[in-house]
Amino acid sequence: MAQSRKGRWGLRSVVLIYLSALLIVPIGMIVYQTFEAGFVDSFKAAFSEQGIAALKLTLLTVAIAVPANTIFGVLAAIVIVRQKWHGRALFNTLIDIPFAISPVVIGLSLLLLYGPLEPVGGFFLDNGIRIIFSTPGIVLACIFVSLPFVVREVVPVLQEVGDDQEQAATTLGANWWQTFRRITLPGIRWGVTYGVVISTARVLGEFGAVYVVSGRISGQTETLPLFVRKQFEVLDSGGGYAAAMVLAFVALLTLFAMNLANRRKDA
Amino acid sequence: MSTGAPQVTLPKPAFAPRFGSALLSRGLVITWFSIIVMIPLAFLVLKSFDEGFSAFWDAATSPQALEALRTTVTLALVVTAINCVMGTLIAWVLVRDEFRGKALLNSIIDLPFALPTIVAGVTLLALYGNDSPIGIDLAYTSIGVSIALLFITLPFVVRSVQPTLLELDRDMEEAAASLGASNWTIFRRLIIPSLRPAIIAGAGLAFARAIGEFGSLILIAGQVKIASIVIAARIEQNDAVGAAALSVTLLLISVVVLLIFGRFAKVKGLPI
Repeated sequence: MAQSRKGRWGLRSVVLIYLSALLIVPIGMIVYQTFEAGFVDSFKAAFSEQGIAALKLTLLTVAIAVPANTIFGVLAAIVIVRQKWHGRALFNTLIDIPFAISPVVIGLSLLLLYGPLEPVGGFFLDNGIRIIFSTPGIVLACIFVSLPFVVREVVPVLQEVGDDQEQAATTLGANWWQTFRRITLPGIRWGVTYGVVISTARVLGEFGAVYVVSGRISGQTETLPLFVRKQFEVLDSGGGYAAAMVLAFVALLTLFAMNLANRRKDA
Repeated sequence: MSTGAPQVTLPKPAFAPRFGSALLSRGLVITWFSIIVMIPLAFLVLKSFDEGFSAFWDAATSPQALEALRTTVTLALVVTAINCVMGTLIAWVLVRDEFRGKALLNSIIDLPFALPTIVAGVTLLALYGNDSPIGIDLAYTSIGVSIALLFITLPFVVRSVQPTLLELDRDMEEAAASLGASNWTIFRRLIIPSLRPAIIAGAGLAFARAIGEFGSLILIAGQVKIASIVIAARIEQNDAVGAAALSVTLLLISVVVLLIFGRFAKVKGLPI
């Protein structure tokens, strides 16, 4: 379809104006606000004792949830693509549930299972394991929320690669681990990378589910996104902006990694 | 997996027939998924009926719950409709236009996927809130909420339509043009029908995301009754049954949307 010069410019302007209003200008704003509030002061506020504790908790959550989802994701993708069994299609659909549910609903479901007054949560508490209003609950919420990312990225890649090479390797006497490590894994590595990157972004920024299960105890069960929100609530927005900046910076790195992994995946 | 080609009897495929290990891996995956996802959701549904069906029904159909659902679904529909138009337009410009900075523009489209939702909320509040430097105060209004939702759901339709548009056969368009079809006719009769499944897939994901959104709205929504915020408030008031009842309703809507649109989305393998 040959577009006239006028039409082309018109469409381009509409898109640029829309994206500026929605995406580009707001991001510029937050950078400006951080500096306006006094760069050093706001970072001091963000990295007060509470801010540091929040950052540490967030990093701990990422360190547990992302590897768990990666191992599950690769295994689940193999089970979905390479194995024939009843319920495979159903399982393939159910995997997407965490995408479709509100994070608050996810948090509530964990609260109703592991809450201190519920039978299951009470059992764990009696055995000295506090799940809700504590780190295990936050980690569980993050795993739930980001569960499908790796699976969704690896399934199509695994389908496309096919199993000819795996079969050849097996014929030549490779055991399953050798086949997996030398054939399957190299074939899906950029799909896995992409999945890991977006899981990390999601876990880093998870708000709703963690909001419900954490109890939001400052310095203890407060993740970085919860810390940002609290800073705004107490109207100490300088520190809030600085902490938000840290998260936004990580998001930009994530975006860069996503583009890199995407390009490799398509290559 | 079996192909249409004549089957040669091959030695065991790497993962499938080793009965024990296949069963083990399948068992592990399903057990883990049940513990993390299915069992908590089952408890949510059970809890909503804890005080009997009538208590569930009262909580699910209370004026507050109905208002929240109506507002949330309405805003999600409006946002999804805008996404269908603007998302397709953005994808079109990214694929068919050439200009300086296009590659950069293309790479920032995914920013809402990467940016923590609370940061999105903070950012939009800074620009469109009561301290707005451009004098537009949309905080605590449904327009403000819609803008946050538009931000959060921006990439879905774009990323769904883009690959389809790239693969579109331009010869057909040229043929149509040489037979005297106007641009509008080509767009309406050729391009839109080819893009429709991709647009629907993206729209389904955007809608599902919009009705459940919480993080980006908590600072902006104010008195606008958003379902997830009402649920959070009920949890805070220790109204477990009330929160669970509204959650189950929202869950039902999500699952229906997932089932209807999942078919389309599967084809694309979209990141969410």
